[in-house]
Amino acid sequence: MIATVSPSGLEQLWFTLITVLWLGYFFLEGFDFGVGVLVPFVSADDLDRRVVINTIGPVWDGNEVWLITAGGAMFAAFPAWYASVFSGFYLALFLILASLIFRGMAFELRHRRDDVPWTQWWDRALFWGSALPALLWGVAFADFVHGVPITVGGGWTGNFFDLVKPYALLGGLATLSLFTLHGATYLGLKTEGAVRERARRAGQRLAPATFVIVTGFLGWTDLSAHSMHHVGLVPPLLPILGVVVLAGVGWLVRDHLEGWAFVATALVIVAFFTTLLLNLYPNVLVSSLHSTDDLTIVQAASHRYTLEVMSWVALIFTPFVLAYQSWSYWVFRRRVRRPDAPSPSDHGA
Amino acid sequence: MDPLLAGVSTLMLARWQFAITTVFHFLFVPLTIGLGLLVAIFQSAAYHTHDPAYDRATRFFGTLFLVNFAIGVVTGIVQEFQFGMDWSRYSVFVGNIFGAPLAIEGLLAFFMESTFLGVWIFGRGRVSDRVHLASIWLASIGTILSAAFIVAANSWMQHPVGYTIDPATHQAVMTNFWAVMTNSTFLLAYFHVLFAAILTGAVFVLAVSAWHLRRAHDTEVFAKTIRVAIVVTVISALATMFLGDSQGKLEEVQQPMKMAAAEALYNTTSGASFSLLTIGNLSGKPIFQVRLPHLLSVLATNSWDGKVQGIHQLQAAATKKYGAGSYVPVIWLLYWTFRLMVGLGIAIFLLGGVGLWLMRRRRLERATLFLQVATWMALAPFLANTFGWIFTEVGRQPWVVYGLLKTSNAVSLISTGYVVTSLVGFTAIYTLLAVVEIGLLIRMARVPPAALPAADEPVPGLIY
Ligand code: HDD
Ligand code: HEM
Ligand code: HEM
Repeated sequence: MIATVSPSGLEQLWFTLITVLWLGYFFLEGFDFGVGVLVPFVSADDLDRRVVINTIGPVWDGNEVWLITAGGAMFAAFPAWYASVFSGFYLALFLILASLIFRGMAFELRHRRDDVPWTQWWDRALFWGSALPALLWGVAFADFVHGVPITVGGGWTGNFFDLVKPYALLGGLATLSLFTLHGATYLGLKTEGAVRERARRAGQRLAPATFVIVTGFLGWTDLSAHSMHHVGLVPPLLPILGVVVLAGVGWLVRDHLEGWAFVATALVIVAFFTTLLLNLYPNVLVSSLHSTDDLTIVQAASHRYTLEVMSWVALIFTPFVLAYQSWSYWVFRRRVRRPDAPSPSDHGA
Repeated sequence: MDPLLAGVSTLMLARWQFAITTVFHFLFVPLTIGLGLLVAIFQSAAYHTHDPAYDRATRFFGTLFLVNFAIGVVTGIVQEFQFGMDWSRYSVFVGNIFGAPLAIEGLLAFFMESTFLGVWIFGRGRVSDRVHLASIWLASIGTILSAAFIVAANSWMQHPVGYTIDPATHQAVMTNFWAVMTNSTFLLAYFHVLFAAILTGAVFVLAVSAWHLRRAHDTEVFAKTIRVAIVVTVISALATMFLGDSQGKLEEVQQPMKMAAAEALYNTTSGASFSLLTIGNLSGKPIFQVRLPHLLSVLATNSWDGKVQGIHQLQAAATKKYGAGSYVPVIWLLYWTFRLMVGLGIAIFLLGGVGLWLMRRRRLERATLFLQVATWMALAPFLANTFGWIFTEVGRQPWVVYGLLKTSNAVSLISTGYVVTSLVGFTAIYTLLAVVEIGLLIRMARVPPAALPAADEPVPGLIY
């Protein structure tokens, strides 16, 4: 059986790189989504809403490219993984795509006309276009870990409702709350005055609920990992670290330690998704039908030559991408102010 | 199965979905590429000459560029995901080869265009003028690069090179990346598409400038932009036509069926003529036709009496090689899309030529008829682009990867209901977007640049 062959170094490298791309995506677009969800809750008037949206204005598209690159890398490095996941999660992906369409258009179009219904319409698009993917990505990743109804080679036998079980829904709530909290800590760094204060209060209120949901979800994941594979989560330290850091977020937010609070929510996101993805190894998709039907890294992988070409390209160009993307965050490092705000206290974070 | 859907196959729905979403994506994409380049040129002119008219031109067309850009972004993600969703068997078959340019496109091109565009939109006043200028150029280069990788992927499907078929998995496996990136089909198609995109941007600027000149709005700006646009139109129309001609010759070698179908040429002929139009049907017995002798042979083979292969002979050869089945694409679609693309290209070129002549005669601003026609010509490149892709893609049928994988074997094995949902969903969303987007573009294109915020107004930092 092929499944006994362990992945080559190149295959492991690409599994790792794809994990990193997803982590980058959720870390970055996580706060984008959070900000989108929080707009109605931290703004008193239209000017506030524009301030809040402007905190992510210059960067949201670059953040979304992490998703595109993660998808492209899966396609190239593990075609069978890409094919199976994308056709299997069909309706979920359709909803995510529809949300991302409305959300992306909202950024570009909401300020293009000065009439209230127009603006309100795009505000709604922004809210739902952020909340829905934040929820659905959690559902999808929970399904990854718990297993999906695939047979040998990655063909699907189930239907949509196999994917929305209580465990997966809890996963969705976990990412929705986590991203929203992440958005709140980001706003704490990027705004000032009343909006900043409202973001702080939102964060303080969200933190305990997020803690309960995420801990519950990771606990459930650990229990089912025990019952399925007779081992718990590997490495167990990672989710525990995530939960411990998450427990501290509420205090950090309350005590105005904005930088630390943002670092903390970022760490939780990294720990959360690393846990889920690493627990697939050495599979890329776990079958809920039969463990011999799991789709392994080796089965899904492209041939050596393709992986080599891609490795060279990644090695040469990734440093540039990281450099200029970081530079753009540095260019926009200042807090976003209302034009009518009192004198400049401009040099925040 | 739902009785409503009986007889409707996943394959057919998936094809419609791909066609609709792709054509839609490619309505906006060429304008992004072309207009991005022109805005960068205007901004360079503003930077070097300190002429405020060029600065207003940059802002005016820059705004239109941004509104258009967003729609390219959101529809592009759909394209990327659709391969896995609807064409999963295709994805498994080609992933080794096709996935690589797609992933590289993300890393090399999309990061670049999105990041620097963010800097360009929000960076005015925050970065130096030089960095601001560099960021529009980098964003524009990003769009031009992205076209290269996706067209390389597409050309591989038209003409597979640098691969072998793995006997164990029946997947196409890459053996030579360099061959994939220097595919003859790709080099011609890429530059044809790129110049077509630049042409799209130029004709757009020409049309908008002409509209404003007729109303004597801010003539200082539009007298300049229309001149740049005319020059770019003429150059890129020439390049597009020249490259397209070479593509036709390559095609006669690589995909002769496409050429034969484009002319509805049923039997192999030497010194074949080219029909300008046909009334009646294309089954070989037209009611009325206007024919140009020998032209098809010249187009396809570069020689007066060159031999052009016919549909019947090619069908017979294909059955022998690949087994029973029809290898003839939809003839009327190929016949008309090809003619319309070429015809529109020639019309645009003529318009540009007249524009040049009027420029030399210094009569451009008063040439009312020219300005009127120029405004309507805005539609032409969009149609030509669409017809070009329909021609290329439909002409490849029944193959999705030419000679290797049929479209019918490429589609995902998923429930028809899923595809119905997404087909209806995307079509509805795209229709809504088109109405909103095109309405907004027209509305904004009519606001004279003088009504835009002045250059030295403190940037509100609040764009959205
Ligand atoms: C000749 C050019 C061309 C062609 C044939 C295509 N695209 Fe495209 N695409 C672009 C040229 C482009 C662009 C000019 O680079 C866009 C338009 C607006 C933009 O932001 O980038 C873009 C955007 C864009 C995006 C969003 C990028 C972002 O977020 O910045 C994705 C994921 C794709 N495309 C993917 C595709 C796929 C999978 C295609 C094949 C079916 C495709 N494109 C055809
Ligand atoms: C006037 C002379 C033109 C000729 C002879 C010509 C020829 C061709 C040919 C032969 C193809 C098919 C290539 C293939 O299937 O491999 C093609 C495709 C295409 N054409 Fe044209 N074309 C012309 C003008 C234009 C214009 C004016 C535009 C748009 C503004 C355009 C846009 C396209 C596009 C987008 C494609 C599909 C991509 C490709 O395969 O290159 N063409 N053209
Ligand atoms: C480079 C970007 C591409 C463009 C601009 C493009 C354009 C088009 C167009 C205009 C059609 C309509 C033809 C029709 O209605 O039949 C089409 C059909 C199709 N294309 Fe492409 N295409 C591109 C890339 C791809 C890729 C990468 C695939 C890989 C799966 C693909 C597969 C198909 C399929 C399966 C159809 C449906 C076939 C049919 O209905 O005849 N295309 N494409």
